[in-house]
Amino acid sequence: MPEISTPPRASKRASTFASIRRLYPYMKPAMPRIYLGTVTALAAGVVALLIPQVLRGLVDGPLQSGDAQQIWPAFAIVLGLGIVEAVMVYLRRMLVLTPGTHVEARMRNALYEKLQVLPVSFHDRWPSGQLLSRAVSDLNLIRRWVSFGLVLLVVNVLTIVVGFVFLLNISWVLGVLFMVCSIPLWIYGFVFENKYSTVARRSQDQAGDLATTVEESVHGIRVLKAFGRGKHALNNFANQADVLRGTEIEKARAIAGIWLWLLLVPDVTFALCLLGGVWLAVDGQISVGDLVAFFATATVLRFPVESIGFLLSMTFDTRTATDRFFEVIDSRNSIVDPVEPLTVADPRGRLVLHDVHFRYQDSPAHVPDLVNGVDLAIEPGETMALVGLTGSGKSTITALTTRLYDVTGGSITVDGVDVRELRLTELRSLIAMAFEDATLFSASVRDNVLLGRPDGTEADLAEAIDIAQASFVYDLPEGLDTRVGEEGLSLSGGQRQRLALARAVAAKPSVLVLDDPLSALDVDTEALVEAALRRVLASTTALIVAHRPSTVMLADRVALLQDGRVTAIGTHSELLESSEHYRFVISSLEDEEQREREEVGS
Amino acid sequence: MSVSGVEGEERSDFSAAESKQIRQRSLRLLGSLVRPLRARVILTMTVVIVSTAAQVAGPALIAFGIDRGLPALVDRDWVPLAFAVAAYLVSGVVGATLIAWYTVLTARISQAILFDLRKRVFLHTQRLSLEFHENYTSGRIIARQTSDLDAIRELLDSGINQLVQGALYMLFIAIAMFSLDWVSGLVLFGALVPLAILTRWFQKRSQKSFRETRTASAQLIVQFVETMTGIRAVKAFRKEKRNEMEFGGLVESYRVSNSRVIQLFAIFDPGLVLIGNVTLAVILLVGGLRVAGDGLAIGVLLATLLYTRQFFAPAQEMAMFYNSYQSAAAALEKISGVLEELPGVPDPTTPIDLFQAQGRVSFDDVEFAYKADRVILPRFDLELPAGQTIALVGSTGAGKSTLAKLISRFYDPSHGTISLDGIDLRQLHPKDLRRAIVMVTQEAYLFSGTVADNIALGKPDATRDEIVRAAQAVGAHEFIELLPGGYDTEVNKRGGRVSAGQRQLLSFARAFIADPVVLILDEATASLDIPSERLVQEGLQTLLADRTAIIIAHRLSTVAIADRVLVMEHGIIVEDGTPRDLIAGTGRFAQLHAAWRESLV
Ligand SMILES: Nc1ncnc2c1ncn2[C@@H]1O[C@H](COP(=O)(O)OP(=O)(O)OP(=O)(O)O)[C@@H](O)[C@H]1O
Ligand SMILES: Nc1ncnc2c1ncn2[C@@H]1O[C@H](COP(=O)(O)OP(=O)(O)OP(=O)(O)O)[C@@H](O)[C@H]1O
Ligand SMILES: [Mg+2]
Ligand SMILES: [Mg+2]
Repeated sequence: MPEISTPPRASKRASTFASIRRLYPYMKPAMPRIYLGTVTALAAGVVALLIPQVLRGLVDGPLQSGDAQQIWPAFAIVLGLGIVEAVMVYLRRMLVLTPGTHVEARMRNALYEKLQVLPVSFHDRWPSGQLLSRAVSDLNLIRRWVSFGLVLLVVNVLTIVVGFVFLLNISWVLGVLFMVCSIPLWIYGFVFENKYSTVARRSQDQAGDLATTVEESVHGIRVLKAFGRGKHALNNFANQADVLRGTEIEKARAIAGIWLWLLLVPDVTFALCLLGGVWLAVDGQISVGDLVAFFATATVLRFPVESIGFLLSMTFDTRTATDRFFEVIDSRNSIVDPVEPLTVADPRGRLVLHDVHFRYQDSPAHVPDLVNGVDLAIEPGETMALVGLTGSGKSTITALTTRLYDVTGGSITVDGVDVRELRLTELRSLIAMAFEDATLFSASVRDNVLLGRPDGTEADLAEAIDIAQASFVYDLPEGLDTRVGEEGLSLSGGQRQRLALARAVAAKPSVLVLDDPLSALDVDTEALVEAALRRVLASTTALIVAHRPSTVMLADRVALLQDGRVTAIGTHSELLESSEHYRFVISSLEDEEQREREEVGS
Repeated sequence: MSVSGVEGEERSDFSAAESKQIRQRSLRLLGSLVRPLRARVILTMTVVIVSTAAQVAGPALIAFGIDRGLPALVDRDWVPLAFAVAAYLVSGVVGATLIAWYTVLTARISQAILFDLRKRVFLHTQRLSLEFHENYTSGRIIARQTSDLDAIRELLDSGINQLVQGALYMLFIAIAMFSLDWVSGLVLFGALVPLAILTRWFQKRSQKSFRETRTASAQLIVQFVETMTGIRAVKAFRKEKRNEMEFGGLVESYRVSNSRVIQLFAIFDPGLVLIGNVTLAVILLVGGLRVAGDGLAIGVLLATLLYTRQFFAPAQEMAMFYNSYQSAAAALEKISGVLEELPGVPDPTTPIDLFQAQGRVSFDDVEFAYKADRVILPRFDLELPAGQTIALVGSTGAGKSTLAKLISRFYDPSHGTISLDGIDLRQLHPKDLRRAIVMVTQEAYLFSGTVADNIALGKPDATRDEIVRAAQAVGAHEFIELLPGGYDTEVNKRGGRVSAGQRQLLSFARAFIADPVVLILDEATASLDIPSERLVQEGLQTLLADRTAIIIAHRLSTVAIADRVLVMEHGIIVEDGTPRDLIAGTGRFAQLHAAWRESLV
């Protein structure tokens, strides 16, 4: 079984009960109140059923005899019972509703926690909307079920049972008639489950897809605007929404089906009972009071019977929501803290890649590993540039160092300790990264820069900003407290990149891993950043992915990545001399000169 | 403070006037959603009226059976009883069938409304300017489209059902009560007073809480989306624990606002039960006294009691409806706020067509500021003749991308006009504008979908051949072929499946296939390796021959293919000339160029 797969569409059909039972750990603290709530709800139901009994006595007794005085006690009893019912309903609400919100909050936090821990490869594959719909809509469904559906379902079924007893007690013939007539309902209930659950699942999945489309349409709005593809995106979206609409209507059809039965069966039953009841009364087997009580009781039962329909659909919705929730929670995560973590007692920053192999999950079997036996040792304080063609796997290697992905073969060590032997937090404070795309958060400049060192002082902050030549932040409207906008998009490209660099520097790691950190800078700024960065790099180990000779200049040595291996290591000038491929990758000069010569010549 | 658009959205303490304004705008929205469905609504109403009438007939028929059928049967006359039973059966079957039909009908209506609303929100957010998006954040828009629409769906799905049916039920029952026994009818009528008071109380109190719920859930979603988007940075900088705290706080405030609503409901619901039961007791008393006295038939008393019970049974459902109504109303308020936002960069009301653009772009006395007090581009004039290739260089943050975004009308200038072939961009038909001017943005955003889909975004009706040709032209074909599924490989969210350079090549191919008259490349090769960059540049020379091109680049190698160089510093164009002249001179560009040459070694 693959470790992580794309979001599954239809689940293995475990029983609804088995699925929902998995909610128990989250519900456990709430259970006492839920039990109490059930009891109060049941009490309310029984009280409601007692009222007809009073009527029965009244009709057969005082009303027949014409004794008006007897009405008063009956009135008092009915009133009293009515108040008790209301109090019970109140208690049920008070008891059950708050725990429901706690269950929801617990599950939501658990989901978020799990998602943050799940590896990047999981996030690569799961569309964002699928995660969001699980975290929001599905958990809302579960809350509503816990605080409302569950109790009502139990209580209504119990009320119906108790009601039957009452009916039997009034007249066993009519009672049995009533019971026999309701058998089709139970049968239909099971048919309904099958029909409904699959549609419910489909609709929840489709809602997630729709959320993905919305999210991308907003995140990619610049592209959509640049190409004027708003309408095009709308069409795609509308198609998806239309599919969802179809599914929802299908769901409504299933619900209409069970409604039909839930209404039809009691009606037919009532008609038959009327026939039988009157006949029995004429025959003298039951009194008129019995007849009145019978119908009054049966009427009280109508609501619980009818409500079974939406309670069932709610339950099945919850079941699919639970399945979807646990699909994430159950995802296996191989990138976790080791059982017996080691620590690097005295971090010096020696980073060694030893025969490292890596392939992405989806790469076909016949393709060799993307990283195919890389050996690389970076000594403490040394700066190593990593050079290679687009798509050669440079960023992948940088991601391996902090275990955003795990190597599939070989090992990476920091100061002699395998990265898999370290606690993730320790590893990630030893190594700080600047990604090729800046990924800032919509927080203040300060929070963004101090992301890896939340307890950093103003001096740390200023130093990092200085090294990254990001002093432009002081000119922003609110200086260091300016919010940089979502993903930092209210900054210029170069500004974003420098903040990301400052963020890595501010973390004061033993090893800096910088993925093409100067690509968006102009030549002058680049030179300034390099000069400042050298100060840091003098004492910090660094791995720098570079595309340009100017960036390579930062490094003491250069490693050339080719076909998944490091095929040459040396200083820039050494490699220029010795490696044909290196010249091809990095040098544009001759080419440039030639072109200029041609231009001047022409 | 104003409450138009999304302003003040996070507040929940609106004054009465503001509340009214907001309510009216959501009602207007609701009206416009329902209007096209009038016919269907009327049909649905008819169905539900008939079906409810059929159901309401039930107790009356039972009363008839007991009061008339029973004595008649004693006299061996089966007819009245048979009539009651048959009528009951018929009304039951008719009622149930119609209700089932009605369920499907309402689903159709509510889904049609949701569909319409979804599309409107989607289209409108696409129309809104980048400025709006930068402030509002994607998370909020997603919240509007997901959790808010969920709330509305809940209302439409079950709520309307309950409302219409419940209200009709109550109406019919009241009529039946009055015709059976007007005294009991009066009692029932009296019960409406406390009912109304209670409902009003609930409405007032819950409105505020529901608004808070919507805001809290939006904040939750914002945080969630941002975390998932930046998951790599979250991990790399160990933000998980801090995020958990923040998110936990938001979850808690959402929980609190939710349970506040629920607590209100916990008073409302039993309140209704209480009113119903007291009424029942009173009717029993009033009726019982008269039965004992004389006058009233037992069957009638029974029917009034059953009716009273049934009168209040839907009241509970109505309460639930009311609950979801309030929640949906709060959601609709937020959505209508977004829909009320006017696009900062509006489409022209009387657009001018430009079928065959030449590609001459002119800036006329243009000034631009993102925020009023911080001018990024001070006033300037600039003429870009058709067919020219222009290199735009300058230090980071100088305003190059801003200039480019103005040409592609992501923003409108704060002052002056920008025109294409003499037509103000603000007047130009958006379709023509987008066809004529295309920009490859600095951020190479790919959508989830296949490689081919992403390229075809530049030209939705492109054939596979055209797509392949575009990929070949920018040198992306080779790596695409090597992907597991070739052109049909999924690139995953944000193109995470391909490398940064590959992403740039794809977005470049996307622009290539769009074939615009004016092409803007904003750092389109910054993440490429040098050989690929060289390939792209060779391609560019032919590609740009007959179009206007603005190339923004820090690597001055691009400049070689330019006819003209603009050097920008602090928002001002400080140098303007042919590359050769500028290099030969002593200005800023000569310096830059020298520095760059040095950096190549
Ligand atoms: N998440 C992923 N799943 C599968 N394949 C991937 C994934 N990310 C990258 N790849 C593939 O792995 C290869 C290496 O990608 P990587 O991002 O490491 O390249 P790179 O050397 O950093 O290139 P660039 O210079 O363009 O940034 C590419 O061919 C890419 O298509
Ligand atoms: N959306 C925005 N809101 C507010 N200010 C912005 C926004 N985008 C850019 N700016 C500011 O405008 C100035 C110019 O930014 P611009 O993106 O045009 O620079 P640039 O020349 O493209 O720089 P780079 O070479 O780094 O991409 C910068 O100071 C930046 O902070
Ligand atoms: Mg890369
Ligand atoms: Mg820029």
